[in-house]
Amino acid sequence: MTAGPMKKVILLMLFGWQLIAQAGELTIEITGGTQGALPIAVVPFQGSTPENLASIIAADLQRTGRFQPLPEKDLIARPSQPDQVDFGDWRKVGSHYLVIGEVRSTGKGFDTGFTLFDVFRGEQLLGMSLSSSAKDLRITAHRIADLIYEKLTGIPGAFATRIAYVTAVRQADGSQRTALRVADSDGHNPQTIVASAEPILSPAWSPDGNRIAYVSFENKQPAVYIQELTSGRRDRIGPFPGINSAPSWSPDGRQLAVTLSKDGNPEIYAVDLNSQQLRRLTDSPSIDTEPSWSPDGGQIIFTSDRGGSPQLYRMSAGGGSAQRISFQGDYNARARYSPDGKRLAFVTRESGRFRIAVMDLPGGSVKTLSDGGLDESPSFAPNGTMVLYGTQSGGREVLAAVAVDGSMSQRISIDSGSLREPAWSPIRH
Amino acid sequence: MVTDQALKQENPVKKPLFSAVGIVLMAVLLTGCSSTPKEEGAEVTTAGGGAYGSGATGYGSASGSSSQGYGGSSAGAAAELNNPNSPLYTRVIYFDFDSNQIREEYKESLRAHAKYLSGNPSVRLTLEGHADERGTREYNLALGENRGEQVKRFMQAEGANGSQISVISYGEEKPADAGHADASWAYNRRAVLVY
Repeated sequence: MTAGPMKKVILLMLFGWQLIAQAGELTIEITGGTQGALPIAVVPFQGSTPENLASIIAADLQRTGRFQPLPEKDLIARPSQPDQVDFGDWRKVGSHYLVIGEVRSTGKGFDTGFTLFDVFRGEQLLGMSLSSSAKDLRITAHRIADLIYEKLTGIPGAFATRIAYVTAVRQADGSQRTALRVADSDGHNPQTIVASAEPILSPAWSPDGNRIAYVSFENKQPAVYIQELTSGRRDRIGPFPGINSAPSWSPDGRQLAVTLSKDGNPEIYAVDLNSQQLRRLTDSPSIDTEPSWSPDGGQIIFTSDRGGSPQLYRMSAGGGSAQRISFQGDYNARARYSPDGKRLAFVTRESGRFRIAVMDLPGGSVKTLSDGGLDESPSFAPNGTMVLYGTQSGGREVLAAVAVDGSMSQRISIDSGSLREPAWSPIRH
Repeated sequence: MVTDQALKQENPVKKPLFSAVGIVLMAVLLTGCSSTPKEEGAEVTTAGGGAYGSGATGYGSASGSSSQGYGGSSAGAAAELNNPNSPLYTRVIYFDFDSNQIREEYKESLRAHAKYLSGNPSVRLTLEGHADERGTREYNLALGENRGEQVKRFMQAEGANGSQISVISYGEEKPADAGHADASWAYNRRAVLVY
C-alpha cells in the first residue's frame, strides 16, 4: 500500500497519457523498445463526454512502442474540423501525424467523428464517424485507435479487445483467493468472472469471444467449465475421475480439446459441446496434455513426454499418429498457435531458465522472446503482433508482453497479489 | 526412524509444514464444516455486472485436504497416526525434479501406511500430488498426478486396497513454500497423505 503513491508518480513521469489506475485495474508500462516511435498529435476531441477519447487513443498508440504521442503542452492548436487544421503548426512541433475529432451527444448515445492526417504531406488519410452508447465510449476510442494503427502500419489493431487473467491474493488467514478476471486491453474495466478459494487456471476464449473455458478446483477436483460472459451461465465438462484440464477451442467453437486422465494417464480428448461426446485423440502411456487447436481446424499441437522429456508434437485433429516438432533443449511445452497459424509461441528451458519462444511453422527456426527465469502461459494478441505471458518481477507474479519481432516489451501489474494465466481475446466484431 | 530426527531426514530443506497434530486439527475442522455441504465452492459473475451475482455460495476450504476422516478405524489406529514414533507419522514425501520415483528413504513409511490401510478397510486416504513452479502449469498438473499415482501403486503393491485410495493433483497451484529458489522447490515437489 505504501508503494502506491510512489508508483503513480513514476507512471505519470513515464507516460503523460497514462490514466492513474483505479483499484484492481492493470498498470501497463513499456519496459523496452520505443526507438523510432513516430510522433503523432492526438488533439482532445471537441464535445463533452464522460471519457477523454483522445487520451485513450494516444495511450493505445503509445503502448505499441511504434508511436510517440505529443505531450499535451505541445498541442499548439485545438482544431476539431479538417478546415481548422494548419499543417504548418504541426510541422513546427515535429509531429508526423495528426488526429482530430468531435463527439456529439445523440440523446441515446454519442456519434464520434475523427480524422487522421499526414502532416508532412498535408493530406487526410482517414475520416470516419462511429456511433456508440455512453457505456461503450471507451470501446469506441479503442476502435478508432485500431483504425489509425491499421492505416499507419498495415496491420489491424488489437486495442478493442480484452484480456482474461487469474489473480491470486493471499488472505489474512494464509489461504489464497483466486479469481478469473477480464479487463479491456488497456487494463481498464476489470471484471471478476468467477472467484474461489481453490485454484483456477487455463482460461481459453471461445472463437467468438463470448465464452471462456477454464479449469476450476472449486469442487475439490479439477473440472473444465465453460462460462458465457454476459449471462454468467456455466456448463461443465464431466468431470471425469482424475485430471480434467487444458481446454482449447476448435476454431468453429463446436468442440473443446481437453486433457483427461480417466483412463489411467493424461490423454487428449475432443469434446463435442452439443452432444458432450468424447473422442480420444492420443494413446500413449506418457503425459499428453496442453492441446492447441490450429486456426484452420486441421491440426492439434500438444505437449508429451513420450520421448523422455516434455516436447511439442503435432497430430491431426482427428487423432492418430503424432510427429515431434521441437528439437532444441529438453523442455518445450504449452504451445499456442498464432492467429494466422504460421507460428507457435511456447515455453522452453534454456540453461535452467524457462522462457517464451516462437517457432515459425512448419518446424522452422526458433527465437527466444523473453528473458525471465519462470516465464509461462504465452498467448498471442489477436493481430499476431505480440505475445502476452506470465512472468515474475521482484518475487511477484506479473504479466508481460513482447512484440513478436522483439522490438518492444511491456510489464503488466496490479496493486497487490499475483497475476497469471493471461489469455488475449479474439478481435471484437 | 523416530521423532524429529526422522522428520528432519525426510525433509530435504527444513522442518515439515504439516505436523501430524495440524493435520488432525484440520481434519476435525473440516469434518465439522462439512455438515453444511456446498455444491459449488465458487462465485460466478457476469462480465457486465459489478457486484457478485446471486449464485454466491461461499467457498470451500483452502487446504485441499480431504474431509473423510476416521470413519471406521478404531481410536487406537487413529492414535497411531499421531504417534511421532510411528512410521505412519510421515505424511509428506518429496520428489526430484520432473520425477515421480519414490525415494528409498520413504519406502518404509509407505509400507506402514499400506499395512495400516489393509488393517483398517473403512479408512480412506487421499494422495495429493504437487509440483514445483518450474515448467508449465498444465504439465505440472499431470506430473503431480503421476506422483500421486506412483505412491498409490506402491501402496497397492504393499497390500493396500486401491479403492481406499484416491489421488488428486494440484500441480504447482498449492506450493507449501512460497519461495522461488531451489530450497523452496524441493519442498514443493511432494505427495501429501491425507487421511
